[in-house]
Amino acid sequence: METLSSLADGFAIAFTLQNLFLALVGCFLGTLMGALPGLGPANGVAILIPIAFTLGLGPTPSLILLTSVYYGAMYGGRISSILLNIPGDEPAMMTCLDGYPMAQKGMAGEALSLSGIASFVGAFFATWGLVLLAPQLVKIALLFGPAEYFALFTLAFATLGGITSTNQAKSAFAAMLGIGIAMVGVDSQTGVQRFTFGELHLYDGIDFLIAIVGLFALSEVFIFLENHRGGAVGNEKAMQIGRLVPKLSVLKYCVPTMFRSTIIGFISGILPGAGASLGSFLSYSLEKQVVDRDGETFGKGDPRGVVAPEVGNNAASGGALVPMLALGVPGSGTTAVLLAVLLALNVTPGPLLFTNSPDIVWGLIAALFIANFMLLALNIPLVGIFTRVLLIPTRILMPVVAMISFVGIYGISGSTFDLELMIGFGVLGWVLRKLDVPLVPIILGILLGNEMEVNLRRALTISDGDWSILLGSPLAIGIWIFAIIGFALPIVLGQRMKRRMRNAASAAAADIKD
Amino acid sequence: MFTKFTKIGAVAVIASFPAASLVSADDFMPENPECIAPSNPGGGWDFICRTTARYLQQLDIIDGSMQVTNMSGGGGGVGFAHVSNERNEDTALIVAASNGTTSRLAQGAYPGASADDVQFLATFGAEYGAIAVAADSPFEDLGDLMDAVVADPRSVAWSGGSAVGGYDHIKPLLLAQAAGLEDVRQLLYVAYDGGGEAMTALLSDSVQVLSSDFSEIRGFVESGDIRLLAVLAPERLTGHDQFPTAVEQGYDVVGANWRGLYMPAGAGEEAYEFWTNAIMEMTENEEFRQSLLDAGIEPFNNFGADMDAFIESNIAQITEISREIGIIE
Repeated sequence: METLSSLADGFAIAFTLQNLFLALVGCFLGTLMGALPGLGPANGVAILIPIAFTLGLGPTPSLILLTSVYYGAMYGGRISSILLNIPGDEPAMMTCLDGYPMAQKGMAGEALSLSGIASFVGAFFATWGLVLLAPQLVKIALLFGPAEYFALFTLAFATLGGITSTNQAKSAFAAMLGIGIAMVGVDSQTGVQRFTFGELHLYDGIDFLIAIVGLFALSEVFIFLENHRGGAVGNEKAMQIGRLVPKLSVLKYCVPTMFRSTIIGFISGILPGAGASLGSFLSYSLEKQVVDRDGETFGKGDPRGVVAPEVGNNAASGGALVPMLALGVPGSGTTAVLLAVLLALNVTPGPLLFTNSPDIVWGLIAALFIANFMLLALNIPLVGIFTRVLLIPTRILMPVVAMISFVGIYGISGSTFDLELMIGFGVLGWVLRKLDVPLVPIILGILLGNEMEVNLRRALTISDGDWSILLGSPLAIGIWIFAIIGFALPIVLGQRMKRRMRNAASAAAADIKD
Repeated sequence: MFTKFTKIGAVAVIASFPAASLVSADDFMPENPECIAPSNPGGGWDFICRTTARYLQQLDIIDGSMQVTNMSGGGGGVGFAHVSNERNEDTALIVAASNGTTSRLAQGAYPGASADDVQFLATFGAEYGAIAVAADSPFEDLGDLMDAVVADPRSVAWSGGSAVGGYDHIKPLLLAQAAGLEDVRQLLYVAYDGGGEAMTALLSDSVQVLSSDFSEIRGFVESGDIRLLAVLAPERLTGHDQFPTAVEQGYDVVGANWRGLYMPAGAGEEAYEFWTNAIMEMTENEEFRQSLLDAGIEPFNNFGADMDAFIESNIAQITEISREIGIIE
């Protein structure tokens, strides 16, 4: 009850005309930043910090503005995933897998509203989790040592096979490529440079945003150029937008998906090393194994394949605030920036934050709720406008995509080297698409490869070289079991399914003969 | 040509009459001042730039506002190379710096760069190192801990927020050296991505000891989650004098992570004077001082010749320890 009255106090702080206006502005800007490839939530928040200070905003209004941008960007990332097959930020990558096929089937409007609702559900329940359980949840984060993290990342890679149903060898190759790219840079455990070739820009490794924008956005532009050979206008029939609001029945059968994905996403968010990308990935792969064992609908525009990653990534962004507020450990780039804002406002995150600065914490949490409702209210009516993007002829859209990619990447570090690297990734993406190699495992490798390696080596340093530490706790053993099941199940089921399909095909052939 | 001559003239005047420098610096006002944080948003360097930008603007030391640019890469090396190669004569530019900058210079981690490629401007604060253990740790004081480390260095794992060779690693190495460990390379150091993660490693019992900065762990000490064994300051900290130093426990180790700024080497004397005075004025501001103390950062001011001498000795010290632990030849 005490929590609820504190929350009410928080709402009293947040509910001023100025704060509501700031939340609205933040939500709008955030959605925009999330939707533009290259301009992610972390950069969006960072760009707005000086504005917050220049306006002379106090701690609570500043935080309201910035967290609205944060949540807004998490909502916005899905828009370009669904419409263009280009993820707006890294957690939105998984939304491409079913969101874009839905758009191609003429269900773009439905996919957008459904994912908007999914984002709301994920963020809403995650914020409640933050309110009710933050101090207890920190204990979950503390159960995870290096060995457990290593097992968790292995689990993510082990379930890859279930994701990209086409050719397992090609997804394995793609994942290896991603892990290889993640190895570039100075190795923190020894201080030694790896694959940097003396190039200063590679010391800190390759920014995954560069890889995402190159592999997805630029390669899309290259494919377009190839198909149209410059002048030809080509096939430009307008895409169908379809209904804007999903049917109630569709919504209803997504409810179990939302429930499962909220939990998975939220827990991934709480773990500082995992975050929103792992949240959306695990939500998707689990959902696929639960509701689509035969691999018949996922990847081809199943609404649940859009709902799962969106719930997962938004629940994770709420969850990521738990370690940031209670431990001072940022779980993602964006929370790192928010942490810096708190420090600049002379608020010290940590175990005493809830007792020392309750007005700020509860004002912040109230702001999250407000932002969330605003985003829902802002996003559903805007679906109609977003979908207009599809009516823009490709020959105009593609140059715009290229331009946004260049501006966005240049904005990260202001270096032309990154642009060259992005073009390199664009070419790589084009080649890999020609070879039918899936791109998602590459990004996953880049995102998680480093953490996986570093945690393995931390574990082995701590145990002084004893490998048994990897099975040293019940939690680690549990995750390993899941990883093995996740790896083996699609192989076993896949063979059974093939047999079944062959039987069905011969039966159908027999029918025709008759 | 004419402007160039007057510039040289101005330098000569300042050099011969130091007292006149204040006057001439008042005439100089940088246009569109900028602070480069050579890291992603959210780190220590970012904090330096944003704090400086805020106070310089608030105190009307600069015209209008100061832009903060994040230029990450190469552990600050990209920013360093950018400043020394491309903007060597920019008078409106300052760059955030700390121990991380000097230790990378000392260890040759910025290829082809040396400390003389830029002009170190000032320090305005220092965070002292701290050594902490879990609340239920068997190590009661620094002596207990270091005895165990000397007896079997592989039995005690240390976490820290910097890479191997970084400052969180150097602090335990200095302690081990002071305790008489023969081969300090035996020390078991686990590098984490920032002080927060290193703290989590201690709280989750993954490691036994944490090497960090006092300001970063203060909250956890106050809440009773961890126990502070030693502060690596020359004397007990003002306002936090309940915590013993390593020096008074018989280990002569001081670990200060300073916060400061550098500027392009070719910006000219006028700009150097202006920025020196600007940072000096900022450090004299009561609100600024209080905000540093609130954040657990002690005042640590070096300007002009003091700054040059400080940077030189700082780099020499890190070079020496890096050589001993085999990070550099």
